[in-house]
Order: sequence, then C-alpha cells, then structure tokens
Amino acid sequence: MIYNEEFETLPREVLEALQLKRLKQVVQRVYHTVGFYRRAFDEAGVQPDDIKTLDDLKKFPFTTKQDLRDNYPFGLFAVPMSSIVRLHASSGTTGRSTVVGYTKRDIDTWSELMARCFVAAGLTKNDMLHNAYGYGLFTGGLGAHYGAERLGASVIPISGGNTKRQIMILQDFGPTAICCTPSYALNLAEQGKEMGIDMKALKLRVGIFGAEPWSEKMRTEIENVLGIKALNIYGLSEIMGPGVAMECLEGRNGMHVFEDHFLVETIDPTTGAVLPPGEEGELVFTTITKEAFPLVRFRTRDISRLMTEPCRCGRTLYRMDRVMGRSDDMLIIRGVNVFPSQIEAVLMGIKGLEPHYQIIVDRIGNLDTLEVQVEVSEQLFENADEVKVLQNTERRIVKDIKDYLGVSAKVKLVEPKSLQRFEGKVSRVQDRRHI
Amino acid sequence: MKVEQISIFLENKPGGLEEVTRILKDAQINIRTLSLADTTDFGILRLIVNNVDTASRVLKERGFRFSRTTVVAVEVPDRPGGLHSILEVLSKNGINVEYLYAFVERSGENAVIIFRFDTPDAAIDVLQKNGLTVLPGAKLYGL
Repeated sequence: MIYNEEFETLPREVLEALQLKRLKQVVQRVYHTVGFYRRAFDEAGVQPDDIKTLDDLKKFPFTTKQDLRDNYPFGLFAVPMSSIVRLHASSGTTGRSTVVGYTKRDIDTWSELMARCFVAAGLTKNDMLHNAYGYGLFTGGLGAHYGAERLGASVIPISGGNTKRQIMILQDFGPTAICCTPSYALNLAEQGKEMGIDMKALKLRVGIFGAEPWSEKMRTEIENVLGIKALNIYGLSEIMGPGVAMECLEGRNGMHVFEDHFLVETIDPTTGAVLPPGEEGELVFTTITKEAFPLVRFRTRDISRLMTEPCRCGRTLYRMDRVMGRSDDMLIIRGVNVFPSQIEAVLMGIKGLEPHYQIIVDRIGNLDTLEVQVEVSEQLFENADEVKVLQNTERRIVKDIKDYLGVSAKVKLVEPKSLQRFEGKVSRVQDRRHI
Repeated sequence: MKVEQISIFLENKPGGLEEVTRILKDAQINIRTLSLADTTDFGILRLIVNNVDTASRVLKERGFRFSRTTVVAVEVPDRPGGLHSILEVLSKNGINVEYLYAFVERSGENAVIIFRFDTPDAAIDVLQKNGLTVLPGAKLYGL
C-alpha cells in the first residue's frame, strides 16, 4: 500500500526535476539565511547559482556533526524562533548535543513521511499502534506518534521502559502494530515468555524497528518469537527523525528513501568522493524541503549502499540497504547515540579522575550493556582508602552518564595497569555485540 | 604516635592478592597485620609492614595504586571488655571511627587495635588522656 501515490511513484525524470527545483531553492535559502553556509560556500568557492543539475551538488561542501556542535544550540536555524514550533535534541554533554528545530510545516512534512512509513508497513486507520519509542527530546516517540495520528490509526503512547506494563497493554489493548528498537522487541518477547504469555497469540501483525543497527538474523528471530512481520525504518534527528527511509512490506529488502524531501548520496568516507549507486559508502543527506533546519550534504557517518533497482511495491524511490556500520566511533546503545568522547567528558568533569578508561559494549540477553572501566587515579586514592569514597565515585559516574547521555552504564573501577596503554591510535571501545 | 599504613587498591580477580604478597616477599617485607575490605568489584588491602618506605617503592615500581595513610594503634589487655574500653572513650568524646582491625601480640597478653579516624590527632589526645596506650609506629613495625 502507498500513502502518497503521486509522490512515491513519480517517474524518475519528474522526480529529479522536482528535486532540482527544490535543491536550488534550499541552497539559495541557506546561503542567505544561515551564516555558517554563507561562509562555507564562500570558502569552497561555490555559489547557489552553481547548481544547474543535481550532479552539481557534489561541488558543495559537507556539513558535519562537528559543524552542528559548533553552532549549538540554534546557530544553524534558518528561520526565527517565532516560526519554530518544536525542538528536539540528541543526547550529549553541554555544547556537544545537537539541537534541531521544526516549523509547523516541517512537522506536517514529518507527519506525512511517518504516515507513508506506516502505510508501507501495511497499516491503515483501522490499526492500533503500540509506540514504544521514547517520547521526549529523542525524535522517535513523537515522530512516530504524529505519523500514526496523521494516518488515523489509534496510538498507544507507551514510550520506553516498564516492560511488564507494556506486555499487559499488548495483551489487553490488542495493538496490531508496534514500533520500538529491534532489541527492545526481543526484550518484550523474552519478558512476555517469562510471564507465561504466548506472545505469538497477541494481535500484533507488524513491527517497525529502527534507531539501532540490526541484522537479518535478528529480523528472523523477532518474526519468529512475536509472530509478526518485522520492517526496518531509518532516520536521524539531524535530517528529520525517523521516517527518512522505510522498508515496504512487499519488498522487505532495503528502505525507500523519501527522495522528494531528501537527496541521498554515498561517499567514500576517506576521500569524500561520491560513489556510484550500489557501492558501499557513507550516507550523505541534503534536506530539500525543510524550513527550520535545512542541511546541505550532511555526513551521517552511517555506512550503507543505494539500491536503484525497481521495487515490486511500485515506488520509484531508490532504496538504501540496512546500515552496515559507522565511519566514526559512535555507539548506539539501546537506541541512544553515544560517543566515547562524551563519556570522556563526563569522567573529566569529575574531580580526581583521569582519562584512562575503557568502554565495553555487549549484548546480554537482548539488551545492550555499557560498562565503563575507569582506572583509580592517584588523586582519587590519595588519603581516601575507604570503600565508601570509591563507591561514591562509581555512583557519581553512573549518575552523570545517565544525566548527560541518557543511558545507563555499569561503572567499574580498575587498577591502573589493567587497562592497556595505547600508543598512536586510541581504541577505547570494545564492542562485543554480535548482532 | 601515629602509624603509617599502606592501602592498596585491588580488583576482585584471582591472583590479585597473591601478586602483592609475592612482591612483598621478594622485597623481604614482613607484614605485621592486615585487613581486606571488599565489594563485588574491588577490594582495599590495608597493611602494616615493618618497612613502609621499601614496601611503597616496590609497589610503585609494579604500578599498583596505593596510598600511605595514617592510622592509630591502641594496645589493650587481651581480655573481655578490652575493645569496649576504647570505644567507650571514643564514643563519649564524639570521635568517629572510619574502620578498624585488630591482632593479638605475640606474647598473647595484649591485643592491638588499628583505628582509622578522620581526626587522628584529636583521637590520640583523647585516648591518652583516658589512660589508654597508643603505640608509636616504630614500636608497631618492630613487634
């Protein structure tokens, strides 16, 4: 099923003409309204008028996550705050988080794109959606919520956490669709089983899963334990939130990028050169309809590839393969983006700690675990040979990580020599997950 | 009248203690008494040794995280009420004990209680004024 038949099945040449028109507009607009882009384009020696064809986009400079941080909080907004109706933000220590804004029209667009996603998953207004994406600054919860409402489906805004209650509601309300992170879906299935509930007997028919990397193996597992079809959704707050690309029920092979709103490129993460479709590289997005927070050539750091082959669902929109990895050190832990540098910033904010640490990520059962091993510094142990002092420090680190990054961590103090000393390339992360 | 103690941070893992005792043995250090405080993840080994400087040097060479802390050693007759006589004095004078451990002297007549106070000087003062025997470090190291 297709929500917006007209725009999702445009002949490629009509779509590309529309993209070019919108691209010209957005490049003009950011040049004249966002100081950062004026400087970046001038430095790169390009002018908005240089866009004659879609191919000309590659002459323009990239926008990076660091650029977003440097302009924290509102430096890249292209409209005055009076036009902004919503703010979202990624987790981060002060000055490191990324803040995004939406105008009324941006929210409308986002709602439509999320509605397109739900319809691609086979939902209609007769469905009930169990929305277990987190509500709040994270874009997942509200993004899905507005899309489902746009479609006219009934939304249960359950948000994350409180798993037993979620299972009760899944039983009692009988939702037909669920959205959450894939690992949380498995966690729900496991908890339900422990409670003696036949999870396959629930009314759930389809699940829309995203916000963290997963695999075909996990898809099969989720489908088996919940007795549903599992679909992949892609998005990132910088570009909009969930609903940038979505798999269709018919194809279940790659996510259709909503190209009437976003231009997608794959690049070589080292050289920045644009790669031909089909080749694995870093995804780069340009928003061509966003008003409040337009981005030109934003480097996502997500590694994937574009699929230009026609899809049996009838959409003419190109697809992107599932995200295969990252070209930076960002970790996704239970759907939360975490950079090792943020953990380091937390540690350095605590008196007496030194930046000797290691991050160990694992998946135990179906949940990601984050352990931070921190060396006991001389300063910390000096004249504080009491258990309570060390335990207070551990608790403080746990709390600060939770407060700043929004993720629960286990903190373990270790002997100084137990962490390997790094020479040259620093590798502070051990990711033991086999997804 | 204070005593120097060595406190060593140890992770909770097999062989952790053994490494410390081996290093001290190789340096001919005699352990007078010790205590181990432990949690699920880590422990703190506290030692009174016959040669604090040498022990510190070898532990430092081996990269251990340790500190030299000040404790107070009190000698009491090894009989019922011995420890209580000290705690009664401390309690009456509002002195807080962070932790303590004890051992019995070789002669078997007296016990030595090692105290860690926030305010060691005030504690020593109170203990002595109440007629209790505070042992100087030198005496303890050589016991």
